[in-house]
Amino acid sequence: MADTTTRAKVRWGLLDVAVVVFALTPVLWIMSLSFKTPATLTDGKFIPREWTLENYRTIFATDQFVRALINSIGIALIATAIAVVLGAMAAYAISRLDFPGKRVLIGVSLLIAMFPQVSLVSPLFEIERQLGLFDTWPGLILPYITFALPLAIYTLSAFFKQIPWDLEKAAKMDGATQGQAFRRVIAPLAAPGLFTTAILVFIFCWNDFLFAISLTSTERSRTVPVALSFFTGASQFEDPTGAICAAAVVITVPIILFVLFFQRRIVSGLTSGAVKG
Amino acid sequence: MAEIVLDKVSKKFPDGTTAVRDVDLEIADGEFVILVGPSGCGKSTTLNMIAGLEDISSGELRIGGQRVNDKAPRDRDIAMVFQSYALYPNMTVRENMAFPLRLAKLDKETITQKVEEAAKVLELTPLLDRKPANLSGGQRQRVAMGRAIVRQPKAFLMDEPLSNLDAKLRVQMRTVVSRLQKQLGTTTVYVTHDQTEAMTLGDRVVIMRGGAVQQVGPPQELYDHPNNLFVAGFIGSPSMNFLTATVEDGTLRTALGDVPIGDRIRRELEGADAPRDLILGIRPEHFEDAELVDEESRRRGMEFTAPVDIVESMGSDKYVYLSVEGERATSAELEELAADAGAADFSGAGSNLVTRLSAESTVTEGEDRRVWFNLEKIHLFDPSDGRNLTLHEGRAAGALAD
Repeated sequence: MADTTTRAKVRWGLLDVAVVVFALTPVLWIMSLSFKTPATLTDGKFIPREWTLENYRTIFATDQFVRALINSIGIALIATAIAVVLGAMAAYAISRLDFPGKRVLIGVSLLIAMFPQVSLVSPLFEIERQLGLFDTWPGLILPYITFALPLAIYTLSAFFKQIPWDLEKAAKMDGATQGQAFRRVIAPLAAPGLFTTAILVFIFCWNDFLFAISLTSTERSRTVPVALSFFTGASQFEDPTGAICAAAVVITVPIILFVLFFQRRIVSGLTSGAVKG
Repeated sequence: MAEIVLDKVSKKFPDGTTAVRDVDLEIADGEFVILVGPSGCGKSTTLNMIAGLEDISSGELRIGGQRVNDKAPRDRDIAMVFQSYALYPNMTVRENMAFPLRLAKLDKETITQKVEEAAKVLELTPLLDRKPANLSGGQRQRVAMGRAIVRQPKAFLMDEPLSNLDAKLRVQMRTVVSRLQKQLGTTTVYVTHDQTEAMTLGDRVVIMRGGAVQQVGPPQELYDHPNNLFVAGFIGSPSMNFLTATVEDGTLRTALGDVPIGDRIRRELEGADAPRDLILGIRPEHFEDAELVDEESRRRGMEFTAPVDIVESMGSDKYVYLSVEGERATSAELEELAADAGAADFSGAGSNLVTRLSAESTVTEGEDRRVWFNLEKIHLFDPSDGRNLTLHEGRAAGALAD
């Protein structure tokens, strides 16, 4: 018996290692490239022979990248905040209330989530140019919210449904208004859901390339993924590989920080003990 | 503290179902009233309407003389204990109990003092800084009660507060609830589906069925003088025995023999539209082993012989199950009661009589036994509407009354 479990453990262990290696090798390779000098870039060695921070210096020296980083952070944070707040309210209504048109609302939000974004880019481009939103922050924030909301609503309503309704009734009986019941009782319990949703929406906004390249034209609102594609080397004969790698490493950092920061709050079993059974 | 008055209160849901129909109820200041009935009878909906968690479709609800139909729960100044306890899991016991006081914007010292007072009453003091997840079922239940009593509301509403506890703890908590209510003297409305709880706790019991009140009264009165078949069958454990009875030549033909009837019942049955088929009800304790009945009692009852199916000795007395022939009594009320007990699909052939005989009885399983029953304690019901025909001015007088 013990023999089989050990063997099973070893087998699972090997499988896990294989998956991790497969997933992380490209990331590590990019990191390694970002520390290489242009001369040794293509030597095929995993560990750089000559370490250099030159690539990082290059990208931060250009206004192009720093500006894009600011745009990215600003746009993603604003879009995330709005989407989570709106999504929380919508999800709360969907999970708690029975109102006419509820099914339609859920259906439409699902439809938006499934709609191919590519087919919307051209009309959005025209609309935003007419409205003067083209190449502005709101011009990106609005589509991001639109596409993140269904995701937010779905994730959050699943979380809200787990919270016993009795808690809200109890809060009302204890003298809370609807708003107080939501803020002081329901929201703290839905916190893991709120943070999970925030992370998902943030990553979606942060990684988006399609809207960012279609709806921007200058550094004013260009986000990092787009800025990366416009990178040029120090001279026109030089390959910007090193700089691109350095930038790629830099833009993963906020995501990692964001996830690490919120992950601590995503503790399961927060509602245990509220009600019996 | 206040009295609660329900004046023709009804609840209609948007899909057209009527959950509560024209409930009239006056609950006096400091009274302990139990709403009891099978699941789906509207008792919880009624409670939620008093609480303000459900809108009142029609009728008027007054608390302390004031119409509160359109008031939010927070403005009614009543506290509620939920079946699920509904403790806030992210708060400690202290914070849970302080929550209503903090919402009422009391100052910190008063809050601490009141919470500690309530904790002392419920013996929660050592648990004040724990989270609900680290409490046992009984402790959580007490915290839920603490949260209710801490702000001294006008009334307590309790929605099956004990039904999640195990049997032993339930009995214990029952006395706690009872003592607490007497001590505080706060008007209390208590919902339960357990007739034992209803009998033991309340000053008055309200029996509901299908959204309508069947009977209101002190427990003993409901037990002795049930208005109708439903109340008779619901109250009492083991429940009342029901047999079919046919009116023939001035007597009642039943599986237990011909039961003589008194003048009053006879007059009742003489009307043109009077029912020919009745349901006869006898409680288990109104049977006795014929050998143990003295002369005087013997005259007040009659005897029959039946095969003994099962004997359950409880020590203080014996539950004896007798097989009797004849059809099982049927009516809408009885079917509903059986469905609630989960026995709708379980019915042996013929009917079984549950009797409670003295412990001295030498009855053994398998024999034919002569058993006596008290004619003054039997009830006769009209199967079509469940009305108790033996009831006269609110008193049940048995079949022999003149």
